[in-house]
Amino acid sequence: MRLSYPANVKIIKVPCTGRVAIAQMFKALEKGADGVFVAGCLEGDCHYQSGNLRARKRVEYVQEILGQIGMQAERLAMYNLSAGDGPRFAQIAREMTEKIRQLGPSPIRTVKSRASQKPSVEVAA
Amino acid sequence: MESRENVHQLKKSSITKSVGSVLVVGGGIAGTQAALDLANSGFHVYLVEKSAAIGGGMAQLDKTFPTNDCSMCILSPKLVECGRHLNIQLITMADVEKVEGQAGRFTVAVRERPRYIDTEKCIACGICAEKCPKKVDDEFNCDLNKRKSAYVKYPQAVPLKYAIDPETCIYFKGKKGKCKACEKFCPADAVDFDQQDKVHTIEVGSIILAPGFQSFTPDVPPVYGYGTYPNVLTSMEFERILSAAGPYQGHLLRPSDQQTPKKIAWLQCVGSRDLLPGSHGYCSGVCCMYAIKEAVIAKEHAHDDLDTAIFYMDMRTYGKDFERYYERAKNEHGVRFVRARIHSIEPSAQNSDDLKLRYIDEDGTPYDEIFDLVVLSTGLEISDGVRKLSETCGIVLDEDGFAQTGCFSPVATSRPGIFTCGAFAGPKDIPYSVMEASAASAASAALLADARNSLTQPKTYTDEVAVTAQEPRIGVFVCHCGINIGSVVDVPAVRDYSKTLPHVVYVADNLFSCSEDTQHLIQEAINEHNLNRVVVAACTPRTHEPLFQETIREAGLNRYLFELANIRDQNSWVHQAEPQKATEKAKDLVRMAAAKVALQEPLDRLQVPLNHNALVIGGGVAGMSAALNLADQGFHTYLVEQKEELGGHALNIKRTWKDEDAGAHVTEIRRRVLDHVDIEVFTGAKLIDVIGFVGNFTSEVQTNNTVRELNHGVAILATGAESYQPQEYLYGQSERVTCWHDLEDLFTREPERLQQAEAVAFIQCVGSREPDRPYCSKICCTSSVQQAISLKTEKPDLDVYILYRDLRTYGQREELYRKARELGVLFFRYSLEEKPVVEQTTVDAKEKLQITVRDHVLGQPVRFQVDYLNLATAIIPKNSEELAQLFKVPLNEDKFFLEAHMKLRPVDFATDGVFVCGLAHYPKPIEESIAQAQAAAARAANVLAQEFVEVEPIVSEVDQDLCIGCGLCEASCPFGAIHLVKVAGQGYRAENISASCKACGVCAAACPQQAIDMIHFRDRQIVAAIQAGGAG
Repeated sequence: MRLSYPANVKIIKVPCTGRVAIAQMFKALEKGADGVFVAGCLEGDCHYQSGNLRARKRVEYVQEILGQIGMQAERLAMYNLSAGDGPRFAQIAREMTEKIRQLGPSPIRTVKSRASQKPSVEVAA
Repeated sequence: MESRENVHQLKKSSITKSVGSVLVVGGGIAGTQAALDLANSGFHVYLVEKSAAIGGGMAQLDKTFPTNDCSMCILSPKLVECGRHLNIQLITMADVEKVEGQAGRFTVAVRERPRYIDTEKCIACGICAEKCPKKVDDEFNCDLNKRKSAYVKYPQAVPLKYAIDPETCIYFKGKKGKCKACEKFCPADAVDFDQQDKVHTIEVGSIILAPGFQSFTPDVPPVYGYGTYPNVLTSMEFERILSAAGPYQGHLLRPSDQQTPKKIAWLQCVGSRDLLPGSHGYCSGVCCMYAIKEAVIAKEHAHDDLDTAIFYMDMRTYGKDFERYYERAKNEHGVRFVRARIHSIEPSAQNSDDLKLRYIDEDGTPYDEIFDLVVLSTGLEISDGVRKLSETCGIVLDEDGFAQTGCFSPVATSRPGIFTCGAFAGPKDIPYSVMEASAASAASAALLADARNSLTQPKTYTDEVAVTAQEPRIGVFVCHCGINIGSVVDVPAVRDYSKTLPHVVYVADNLFSCSEDTQHLIQEAINEHNLNRVVVAACTPRTHEPLFQETIREAGLNRYLFELANIRDQNSWVHQAEPQKATEKAKDLVRMAAAKVALQEPLDRLQVPLNHNALVIGGGVAGMSAALNLADQGFHTYLVEQKEELGGHALNIKRTWKDEDAGAHVTEIRRRVLDHVDIEVFTGAKLIDVIGFVGNFTSEVQTNNTVRELNHGVAILATGAESYQPQEYLYGQSERVTCWHDLEDLFTREPERLQQAEAVAFIQCVGSREPDRPYCSKICCTSSVQQAISLKTEKPDLDVYILYRDLRTYGQREELYRKARELGVLFFRYSLEEKPVVEQTTVDAKEKLQITVRDHVLGQPVRFQVDYLNLATAIIPKNSEELAQLFKVPLNEDKFFLEAHMKLRPVDFATDGVFVCGLAHYPKPIEESIAQAQAAAARAANVLAQEFVEVEPIVSEVDQDLCIGCGLCEASCPFGAIHLVKVAGQGYRAENISASCKACGVCAAACPQQAIDMIHFRDRQIVAAIQAGGAG
């Protein structure tokens, strides 16, 4: 479909969002991403039955901790969409980028290096 | 059904009557697909191609509709697979000369013309072409540029071997013995001027004819100034102009002055739907869609600074996702659609290369409009060579020159044992050609089932290089993908950047990384530079990963030491407007892939036992056809139908559009299904649960109150569709308003109604092509026209009206449209904005329906009374959601099943072992449903013909030394694939049951001790990619 979305979104392929460990989400934020979203199948449509539900729980847990340590919890998000729904993926990528742009560079990045010209978002799909 | 195994053994060991090989004639996409399906299910294939390389018409296309996939990119892996397949013997530059024998055992003489290059010696270096002094027109580029007399058909040709054209070569045409420059310079000593014709006599069990079409040539008599005005082109010429490997390297230029055009017109139906001598009466079925595609792609090339107009009669966007493509072209890309036939073309001024088009629009206003370039949407036709081939094979052609087939045997020619597929059997697009190709292979396989595996040999590989102890040595290959990547991303910059990455020791860039020659380059690089990991930065792993994995495996590397950096689908295509950012992102993606591949480990594939039974869901004509073919191939098949009776919608159809008795055929199919020893039928039955995976499914089928558990290796979904029950046009309020076949039935039941009737109307597109159902139901125009013809034939004084939006009697159905008009059926066109109005009324004390519609010729509302109104309502999916959830397969936006790839995998799902056919996939006529059903059977047989299933070794793995026995993994695994066991002296520890593991990774993510990892998606591998991603 070649629907355009912002070039700062980079995708990390995983077999199922159930594979995304809590530490991996932290790692992404720690290592340079200003935002992370986990893109799973629609609820009820998980090829592995419930991986996406577990992913959501883990995302919510990490969001809670992010809040506690003074990072905006919105830097992390969970979305559910069907593999056939390209337009929605592009829309989410735009939405997420816009949200992160408003939040500005991640505090971790600002601390680690003063250079922060562009927001970057990582996706696990 | 364990006994099945014995039956297979028995069949294998008994004396085979048939020959286990098949001749496929024509190496286009249809022939290639048929060859692959047969070779992958136990048959030896001879693939005979008349030109120097396979690929056919699809190789010449730039993009394909409706996905805008790069044509060469999706075709090339199939060509390469064909070229390297152990059980496919390619015979190029060859023609079939004689066919003797009968179904099961034919003897065929194939004459191979000399190539004058020894293919064993040719290393495809291209020096012969470079040194050859003779320039000639390049027919692959439609004569728009020159090639040499020593040539290769196109850069990605399979086989990639040069040839010398004796028709133009100076040695052959000039004074004998002169020139021979190629021979002098060839470093491989491959030129051989003494080669003679070779006649191969081959024995085959069946023959598949896939010789394809030729484009209509509008030069004799000249149409619209073609051949006179340099800027009037055919559509195929325009495809070549758009192509990166074309005459202008993909730059949008016009021939006369090589300037970029600002205004392009497409003229539809050139050579089609035209009764003038030399033209054809039929609709070519593909031109509306390719014209839209060319306009959209041209606009992309010109970055929207281009005006495009398509002049047409009826816009026939009848296939899956076609209507959306049309709407997007109109509304988002701004392509203009003008319903007008061009009256004349002339130069806009003296000495000008611009062209003035004269036409009259719908309101009757005359226009003169000037364009820089005009593209003639030329149709498809059968060449003289193909007519001769048909004669040699002794098969009957129809009056248009296409192979004669029946709706109930869509791939069988008039001669038993000879099958056909692709455009030779009627004008059609690529997905339908691919479907027919698989169907023809299924028909051959059923005929030759007793000879399966009798002539094939298994593939063997050299030993793998042990890499575990080595430092990673990574090779990175960056693909231009023609201009798909190269026009957005700075590929050389990405290549050079890759060189700076850790462990990367070799980099290269290629025009098309998937072409056969690049596979050799990759293999050479692996050997020369001792590479032990490979990254290809290219299109998408979805279509191309297996190809590259096979390539590195042949070079001695384990398949899993590979990563594909997706710099096309997830980069150049989606960041087209931001080339700089796209280049940076491409570097990021390569860096991430290199970081990950450095940590990949060699893995061995697991071989799992395979259940050889099939499950077919849906007992309509599609499901029954699929079951019959599988059973004929020797596979035990369960057929599950929800209703009490087999037959489905086909029972309502009286005659097919080819005027066959539908009822008689459906009854015959049903009888064969019920009598077949290898088919078990469940009627009044419902599938309630499915578990398992390819080769090993277990389903529960409920009949009345009993539940039966079925084990099967594959499943075919053929659950059909239903018709929309309309709210509009007084349906349900007046008994005079009916749908689909109800009016025919009413007249059959009560013939006096027809006798007394004075007028009947049909309204098309009821519920179709509407904003909330934006697709065409494909078969309704033909159905109404057919009904109108039979009414007019039975009662000539009856007034018959058809109210339509675009009349879509595509392909050879056009003949019915012509006949209906001849019989006096009146056609009124209406628009979505001004639908007809239907009211109840009384005329001379007779109950009537009054219809008001705005006439497009008069520009006035027209009012008339009819006795009956029949509505052609939308075809809508039926319970597809339930089944989609059970099998975890996707649906499209309209809730039809979504196949793995619209163009080249039209019956597969991305999930292995599950297939789709019939109306559940999209509305279609009987012959397409049957062809698709046979195709699904062929694809299913590809699985069932194997001895075991190969599964990816990607499973989870417990490190018991780190495990504390908490049991979180056991609790999180939905498949019971991990459990706690008691370990002496340590308490409980987790243990994997690899055979049950589905590789979701949930356990690995859940383990608080990080004692579980997932092979190929290890924590350190994912984290490496994350870190590399963040490092940019």
